[in-house]
Amino acid sequence: MKDRRGIVIGLVAVIAAAGVAPLLSAYPLTLLTQAAIVAVLAMSLDVLLGYTGLPSLGHAAYFGVAAYAVGILATDYQRGFLVCLVAGLVLATLTAAVFGLLAIRATGTYFLMITLALGMVVWGLAFRWVSMTKGDNGIAGVPRPELGLPWSMGAPLPFFYVVLVAALVAWALLGLLVRSPFGLTLQGIRESDSRMRALGYNVWLHKYLAFVLSGAFAGFAGVFWAYYNGFVSPVDVQLVTSVETLLMVALGGPGTLAGPALGAALIVFLKNFVSVYTKRWLLILGAVYIGVILFAPRGVPGAFRRNR
Amino acid sequence: MTVEFWIVQTFNGLSYGALLFLLASGLSLIFGVMRIVNLAHGSYFLLGGYIALSVIWRTSTFPLALLAGAVAIALVGIGMERLFLRRLAGQTLGQVLMTVGFALIFQDLALLIWGGDPYSLPLPSWLQGVVTAGALRFPKYRIFIMAVAVVIGALLWLALDRTRVGAMIRAAVDDAEMAQGVGIRVPTVSLGVFALGALLAALGGGIGGGFLGVYPGLDFEILPYAFVVIIVGGLGSLPGAMVGSLLVGLLDNFGKALFPELAYFTLFAPMALILALRPTGLFGRT
Repeated sequence: MKDRRGIVIGLVAVIAAAGVAPLLSAYPLTLLTQAAIVAVLAMSLDVLLGYTGLPSLGHAAYFGVAAYAVGILATDYQRGFLVCLVAGLVLATLTAAVFGLLAIRATGTYFLMITLALGMVVWGLAFRWVSMTKGDNGIAGVPRPELGLPWSMGAPLPFFYVVLVAALVAWALLGLLVRSPFGLTLQGIRESDSRMRALGYNVWLHKYLAFVLSGAFAGFAGVFWAYYNGFVSPVDVQLVTSVETLLMVALGGPGTLAGPALGAALIVFLKNFVSVYTKRWLLILGAVYIGVILFAPRGVPGAFRRNR
Repeated sequence: MTVEFWIVQTFNGLSYGALLFLLASGLSLIFGVMRIVNLAHGSYFLLGGYIALSVIWRTSTFPLALLAGAVAIALVGIGMERLFLRRLAGQTLGQVLMTVGFALIFQDLALLIWGGDPYSLPLPSWLQGVVTAGALRFPKYRIFIMAVAVVIGALLWLALDRTRVGAMIRAAVDDAEMAQGVGIRVPTVSLGVFALGALLAALGGGIGGGFLGVYPGLDFEILPYAFVVIIVGGLGSLPGAMVGSLLVGLLDNFGKALFPELAYFTLFAPMALILALRPTGLFGRT
C-alpha cells in the first residue's frame, strides 16, 4: 500500500512537471532537468540502501565514471549519443563489478568505509590523471546529444522531456526490479542475512548483483548529467556528492523508489534556492543534514536503526 | 632508480605514515569503542591546523600552537559526542549524515574565518634545515614528525596495555555491553576516547600544517587515508593503526613518486589485497 501511494505521488509529480514545463523560463526548467537526473541517482542508491540494507558511501563513483566516459567521448572523439550511452553504462557497470567484489565481503561500518575509500580512488583518478580527465579543470564543452528527433536538444525544453522520459524508464525498470522475486530476496537479506542464508539463498550473489545493478543505474544518471551540465569535473565524483545522494534517500525514506526521487528534487531545489541568496550555502546544507537526523528521523526507517 | 631514491622515498613515506598514525589511531579507537563512522574526523585535522596557525601568528610559539589546536578541537569533539552523536548510537546512516553535516559546517566556517588561501605553518628555527648523512639530506621537520608519532604511539600503547583506564577501553572495544555489565562506565569511556581521537587528529593537523600545509579541502582529502589505514590495519586496533599508517604512508609516497598520475590509485592495490585475504584487516577481529 505504501508502494502504491509512492507511485501515485511520483506520477503526479512527473505529470505536473511535464505539464508546467512549457510555461517555465530556462532557469526553473534547468532545475527540473537536474532534479530528474539526480532522482535516478538517488533511486539507484536506494536499491542498495533501502532494499538491500547496504549503505554505500561511494555512489558518486559510478555516476562520475559514466559522466567522464561521456565527457571524453563526446568532446575528444566526437561520438554520438548511442556510443556515449553504451560506453557510460558499461564502464559504470564494470567499475561497480570490480568494487563490489571488494565491498560485498564486508558488512556494516566496514562496508561504509570501503565504499568511501573506493569512491575516493575514482576521485583521485579524476583529479590526478590529468592527461585523461584534464584534472581539476574538468572537461568543458560537452555538446548536447543529437537523437535524430525533430527537436534540437540544445533547447532546454526538448532536453528536459528526453531526460524525463529517461528517468521514467529508469523508475519503471527499478520498480520491476524491486518487485521481482530477486528484489524480494534483497529485502529478505536486508531483514535477516542469516535467515536467508539458512533458506538456501546465495546471499553474496544477490548482494553483489544488487551492487552492480545499482552502479549501472547510477551510471545511467551520470550519462545524462554529463549532457545536462556540459561539464564534467572531480566535483561530480567527490565524497560530498555521494553523501548528498545518501541524504536524498534518507530524506525521502529508504525502501521506496518515489521517496528518494522526491528527496532528490527537494535537495536540488533547496541547494539552488539557498545559493541564490547566500554564499554560505554549505553552512546551511550542513545544518540541513543535522536537522534531518535530529528532527525527521522517520525519514530514516527502522531497518537502519540497528547496526550489526 | 638509485639507492638514494629508495632511501629518501622510504624516509618520506615513513614520515607521512607517522602523520597518518596521529590521524588514524584516534579514529580507530573511536570506531572500536563506539562503532561511530565519524566523517568529521578530517575536519578536526584541518581545524587543528588552522587554529595552530592563528596561535603561531599571535604568539610565535610552536608547541603552544600545537597544544592550543589540539585542546580546542578536543573540546569540540566532546561537545559533538555529548550533544549529538550519543543519541545516534547504532544508527549508522544517521551518524554518517550527522557527521557530514558537521564537516560541511566546519569547512564553511574555516573558509569564512581563514579564507581560501593555502597556508604553511611557520616552523621554529630548531626544526628548519636538514640533517645530512653523506650525500643524503633529511629535513629535520620530518624527523620531528616521526619522533612525535613514536612518542604518542608508545604513550598510547602503555596507556592501553598497562593502565586501568586502558583495560576499560579494551574491554569496551571487545564488548561494550559486557563492559557496561561489569561496571565500566562505557559512556564516559566513549566520551574520553572520542575527545582523545579529536585531540590526536587536531595535533596531526597542526604538525601536518608544517609540511602538507593547511588549505580548504584538506579535510576531505585526508579522511580517506585515515579510513584506508583502518581498513588495512583493522578496526579498533592500535598495532593495526601503526602498521596500517606506515604501509599506507609508504605506498602513497612511492605511488606519487613512481606514477604521479595514478597516485591515489596506489592505495587501491593494498586495500584490495588485504580485503581479499583478511576482510577484517591485518589486526582486526571479527
